[in-house]
Amino acid sequence: MNNREETLIPKIGVITDVRIDTPDIKTFRVVTPDGKKAFDHRPGQCAMLSVPGVGEAMFSITSSPTNEEYMEFSIKKCGCVTDWLHQAEVGQQITIRGPYGKPFPVDDEFAGKNMLFIAGGVGLAPLRSVINYCRHYRDRYGKIDIVYGSRSKDDLLDYKEIIDEWMTDAGVDVHLTIDREQEGWDGHVGFVPNYVKELGFDTDKTAVLCGPPIMIKFTLDGLVSLGFDKTQIYTTLELRMKCGVGKCGRCNVGAKYVCKDGPVFRCDELDELPDEY
Amino acid sequence: MRKCSLDSLNSVFAKIAEAMALYLPVDGSDGRAVFSKWEDGSVLSNALNTVRSPKDFFFPQSEDLMRFKTEGKNIEIIDIRPESEDFAVFGVRACDVKSFDILDRVFLTEPCDSYYASRREHGVIISLACTRPSETCFCQAFGIDPSTPAGDISCFKTDNEMYWQANTEKGEALLKAIESLTEECTDEAVNEQKEKIRAIMKKLPLASLTTNSFGGGKTTELFDRPEWAELSEACLGCGTCTFVCPTCQCYDIKDFNTGNGVIRYRCWDSCMYSEFTRMAHGNNRISQKERFRQRFMHKLVYYPENNDGLFSCVGCGRCLSRCPISMNIVKVMKKLGGESK
Repeated sequence: MNNREETLIPKIGVITDVRIDTPDIKTFRVVTPDGKKAFDHRPGQCAMLSVPGVGEAMFSITSSPTNEEYMEFSIKKCGCVTDWLHQAEVGQQITIRGPYGKPFPVDDEFAGKNMLFIAGGVGLAPLRSVINYCRHYRDRYGKIDIVYGSRSKDDLLDYKEIIDEWMTDAGVDVHLTIDREQEGWDGHVGFVPNYVKELGFDTDKTAVLCGPPIMIKFTLDGLVSLGFDKTQIYTTLELRMKCGVGKCGRCNVGAKYVCKDGPVFRCDELDELPDEY
Repeated sequence: MRKCSLDSLNSVFAKIAEAMALYLPVDGSDGRAVFSKWEDGSVLSNALNTVRSPKDFFFPQSEDLMRFKTEGKNIEIIDIRPESEDFAVFGVRACDVKSFDILDRVFLTEPCDSYYASRREHGVIISLACTRPSETCFCQAFGIDPSTPAGDISCFKTDNEMYWQANTEKGEALLKAIESLTEECTDEAVNEQKEKIRAIMKKLPLASLTTNSFGGGKTTELFDRPEWAELSEACLGCGTCTFVCPTCQCYDIKDFNTGNGVIRYRCWDSCMYSEFTRMAHGNNRISQKERFRQRFMHKLVYYPENNDGLFSCVGCGRCLSRCPISMNIVKVMKKLGGESK
C-alpha cells in the first residue's frame, strides 16, 4: 500500500445537526466520528463534501474557525449531492476533505478596518464565517455593517442568529431587505444593490460581497458610484470544481484557479481577469 | 555512451523485460503504432510516433482512486492505492518526453498527486531520437530538439546500431543491467546524425511557426480577439484533440456503484465538452467558442503564466492529424500572429 498523503482521499464526517433555514437551504453541522473538527480552516475557505455513489461538491465553510467544536455548511438544494444531503438525517456519515482556497485577509488587510458585509440569498454562507470571526475578535475591527437581502422573509438564512446575536452586538448594524412586500415584514423592501446605494455608506470601509453574480455586479457598481475603490472591495467566487487543488483544470478564470488562487478575490484583481465567471 | 547492433536489440529488450515491464511502440493490426508490452517477437515500430501519447502510463485514461463501503448511515473509506512496480517505456520521442515536464508541474506541485507521483518514480523513460520528422511536427517552435531527446536514457538509432546514453541515476542503473549486451563507444555517429536531423528540421513546413505572440501576461491582448469566433466555428467539441494530446491533463472524478460498494475513479475530461464547467446555477463557458478558446489560451497563455513561461504544447502534431475538422493549434497560432515572416 501507498502511505503517502493524498488530498483526494477524504475523511469521514458525521452530520450531528440539521437546521432548516429556508424552504431550500439547510445548515449541516459536521464533525469526525470521534467528535472533533475534521481540520482547521480560515474564514472564506471551502471543503469538498461527498456522498459516496452520488458525488462530491465544493461548499464554503459557514462556521467561523473560532468555533472549535464543529464545522457548519449552509447548503441550498439545487443538484444531485445537495438533494441527497437535504434528505440526510442526524448521524449520517458523509466524506469531507479540505480546507481549500485562499481565505479572506482577516488578520492583514481587514485588521483595524470598518467592515461592510453585503450578501444576497445563500451568499451569506461564506460571509457568515468571516462575520462571526470579526465578531469574535471584535476589538480588532472597527464598526461592522451587514446588508443582507433575500427573495422573501422566509428565505433569509441564519435569521435567528441575525436577530438574537448580530443585531444585539454593540457596533454592529444589520440592514435586512427582501425583494417584495410580504405580510408580517415591516423592514426594508427592495434589491440589495439599490439598498446599498440608499444607505449611502462612507468610503472608510472594507466591503465584502457575496451573492448571485447579477447582485455582485450591480452592488459593485453601486459601491464604486459611492466612491469606493475596487481595492477596498472583496468577493468570493464559485465555479465548478473536482479536485480543489488546481489540477483538474476546470475552475480557472484566465490564469487563476478559483479553488486555489481564490475563491476570495479583491475586485481590482478580478478586473485583470477575463470576464468568464 | 554505449551501443548495440540492431540485430541484438531484441535480446537487449529481453534483458530489460527480465527486470521490469517494458513497453515499446509496435505496429498494431491497423498499421498504426501503439505502445505495447514487450514480449518475445515484438518488433519496434518504424512509425514516427504512436497514436496515443505515453502520458497513458503515468496518467491513465481511467483509474480507481478509492473504494467506499456503506452500511446504514456509516461509510468506510478503503485506500486502494497500490505501490507501483518498476516499468520502462522505450521509444518516447523528444516532444513526448518534454510533456512530462509539463505534467509534472501540475501533478507534482503541492499537494502532490500520489497516484501520478508513484508511477513517475517507478517508470523509466527511454527516449528515441527522431530520424524522420514529419510535416506535422512543430516541436522546434517550443524549443525542443528532436535529435536530442531527454529522458532517463536517450537512444539514437542509426542504420545498423542503437546508441544508449544515460541521463539520470535511474537510467544508469538500467544501462548497467544491459551492460553485457552493449559496448562502450564514442558519440561520433550520433553527432553526425544530430546534424542531419537539424538540417531537416529547418526545411519542415512548420519551421516558421513561433510562440512570439504568446506567453504569460497576454490574456488581455488575446482573450477578446475576434478570430476566436471564426476559428471555433466548425469545432464539434468531440474532445479528440485533448485525448491524443500528451499535455492535456484535465480530469473528472466520478463514483460508480458496483452493487457491492462504491468505486471513486478518475478519468480524463475535456475542456471542449459542454458539461465540463456546467453548474447548478449555469455555465460560465456557454458556447463552443468559449470552450475552444479555453483550450488554446490555457496552452499558450495561462499555463506559461503560471509556469515560468513554459508552454503547454510540445508540437507533437497529434491534434493536426486527428481532428475531424482539421482545426488545430497551428492554425490558431498562425491566425493570432504566430508565424515569422
